[in-house]
Amino acid sequence: MKKIALCVLLGLFSGGAFAAGGGGDLMDAQVDVSDTASLQRGAKLFANNCMGCHSAEYMRWNALPEGLGVSMETIEETLIYGSYQQGDMMNVAMRGADAADWFGAEPPDLSLTARSRGADWVYTYLNSFYRDPDASIGWNNQLLANSSMPHVLWRLQGVPEPTYEEQGGELLVAGIQVPEAQAGTLSEAEYHQATRDITNFMAFVAEPVRAKRQEIGVWVIGFLVVFTALAYLLKREYWRDIH
Amino acid sequence: MSDATTKAQGGLLGWVDARFPLTKMWNEHIGEYYAPKNFNFWYYFGSLALFVLVNQLLTGIWLTMNYNPSAAGAFASVEYIMRDVEWGWLIRYMHSTGASAFFVVVYLHMFRALLYGSYQKPRELIWIFGMIIYLVLMGEAFMGYLLPWGQMSFWGAQVIISLFGAIPGVGEQLALWIRGDFNISGVTLNRFFALHVVALPLALVGLVVFHILALHEVGSNNPDGVNIKEHKGSDGKPKDGIPFHPYYTVKDTFGLGVFLIFFAAVVFFAPEMGGYFLEPPNFEPANPLQTPAHIAPVWYFTAFYSILRAIPDKFGGVLAMGLAIFLLFLLPWIDRGKVRSIRYRGLGHKINLGLFAVAFVILSYLGLQAPSDLYLGLSVTLWAQIWTAVYFGFFIFLFAYTAFGFERTRPVPERVTD
Repeated sequence: MKKIALCVLLGLFSGGAFAAGGGGDLMDAQVDVSDTASLQRGAKLFANNCMGCHSAEYMRWNALPEGLGVSMETIEETLIYGSYQQGDMMNVAMRGADAADWFGAEPPDLSLTARSRGADWVYTYLNSFYRDPDASIGWNNQLLANSSMPHVLWRLQGVPEPTYEEQGGELLVAGIQVPEAQAGTLSEAEYHQATRDITNFMAFVAEPVRAKRQEIGVWVIGFLVVFTALAYLLKREYWRDIH
Repeated sequence: MSDATTKAQGGLLGWVDARFPLTKMWNEHIGEYYAPKNFNFWYYFGSLALFVLVNQLLTGIWLTMNYNPSAAGAFASVEYIMRDVEWGWLIRYMHSTGASAFFVVVYLHMFRALLYGSYQKPRELIWIFGMIIYLVLMGEAFMGYLLPWGQMSFWGAQVIISLFGAIPGVGEQLALWIRGDFNISGVTLNRFFALHVVALPLALVGLVVFHILALHEVGSNNPDGVNIKEHKGSDGKPKDGIPFHPYYTVKDTFGLGVFLIFFAAVVFFAPEMGGYFLEPPNFEPANPLQTPAHIAPVWYFTAFYSILRAIPDKFGGVLAMGLAIFLLFLLPWIDRGKVRSIRYRGLGHKINLGLFAVAFVILSYLGLQAPSDLYLGLSVTLWAQIWTAVYFGFFIFLFAYTAFGFERTRPVPERVTD
């Protein structure tokens, strides 16, 4: 009976994988929010490339120093363009309505994308752009078809071209390749690293306390193990005279 | 303990006792409440449920201090709690994990009652109070889930409230009355907030008091299902009983420690629990214009959601879902058997109860899947229909073999066995 009960408990507590936002073949972003060097590079790329259009409205600029391991002065000098006031959020100047006119859709806020879609989704998305002359913006995305976002990082990655595969009489995008003549400033491995850094930063922005809670968790569980052991000894002592 | 001895006590306690039955209540419910000495693993979940309730009340109070119950501000205020309120993330994760833990603990607690016949005479009222607690808890969880005002909050509530619309005649009016608006809106959010933080917790606490008072009136059942009050020593105390304090207070403290290790593991290392405790779409603000690709209730409702989807007719599904819960209320009268514990009941009953538990788990799993998914070549809907039949079959068979004497039980011992 005890064994069954334990199985039930373990079964209930062991979480299954629950991929958000579909897509069976997502790349593994290997998120590590304690990797501050990656977070710093990611923050720079995010501020320079993403924040032209995307805000992170729930993220306070001055919450960055603790997670990134740098001073607020450094943040102000390297990441913030324009004026900064104590307590400002990571908002952008572009108005949503304007953006909707220009791109066809309002660029979503990125505060929680790494949680709602999943970090692996973000990483895969950033590696799925390809040139598409038929699309109004000239770009398309293999993960999110007809996405209204242009390939902002093309200078880094180069200009990826799709490879097609015939399926049931229809040509479908099977893969993406950057031809040598259209190469960007980064190698393929370097581009993976750069997009991983952005993803890592977005995972941090989605839950700034993530690294800290895991650190605290180790101590909490350590305490509870000791507490439970002592409680067990106490129970055994009290129950010595029962039977 | 006679009144004379307690009143003779001096000091503050004596002063209070002369004016309020403090020592008397302590003795009646803790110090001299005699519980069977053979409680096993399954008996931890009652006190754990009480602990989780307290956790929900305390973390809930602190969340309320910073939460903003309006359509415009709810989502942002939750993020504010997660990011800017000191330890807000911990309080919020304890509350969200506590919600799921509450159902884990309550389901195991209820299964214990099924295993050892704790719902049978003379404990029918304890069971009824428990079932009402379960029902209120479902309402509490449902309304609480709307408060973060995420996509799943919004669309989950939309789906569940629209179920009332399936009731012929008054359905649409009823759904409108519940929402307070033609669509889920800030009006709905506000009333759910009021019910979630004031009305239902108050009802829960009151019902828990009734549940425990009723238990202490008739005494606890045990894994052997025997009545320990039938064998009392010369001191008038049950021979197989031990005072709740200190024996079960120290034992439950140990159980609490084990529970907290699991609980903390989720809170600190997997607060989303792979998307089961906090669903990914709920990290997007509610958007009435955009339906999520796949709407599923949180795991603790999915068994009933499966039953709902298994019936092709919408109103029929609502009825089946209601019946699935209502039949549990009637359990003390459906089970006509005289033997309580599974240990001494017939093989048929063991299989029946085992299948019932399996059906509940499988239906819960199926409720999280898309209806058209295939397993072994059969659709989720078909599987749900099969296991819905097993679920209801439990009650039918139980009544049949107990009412007509088909069950071959084993002799029940006079005293507890371990």
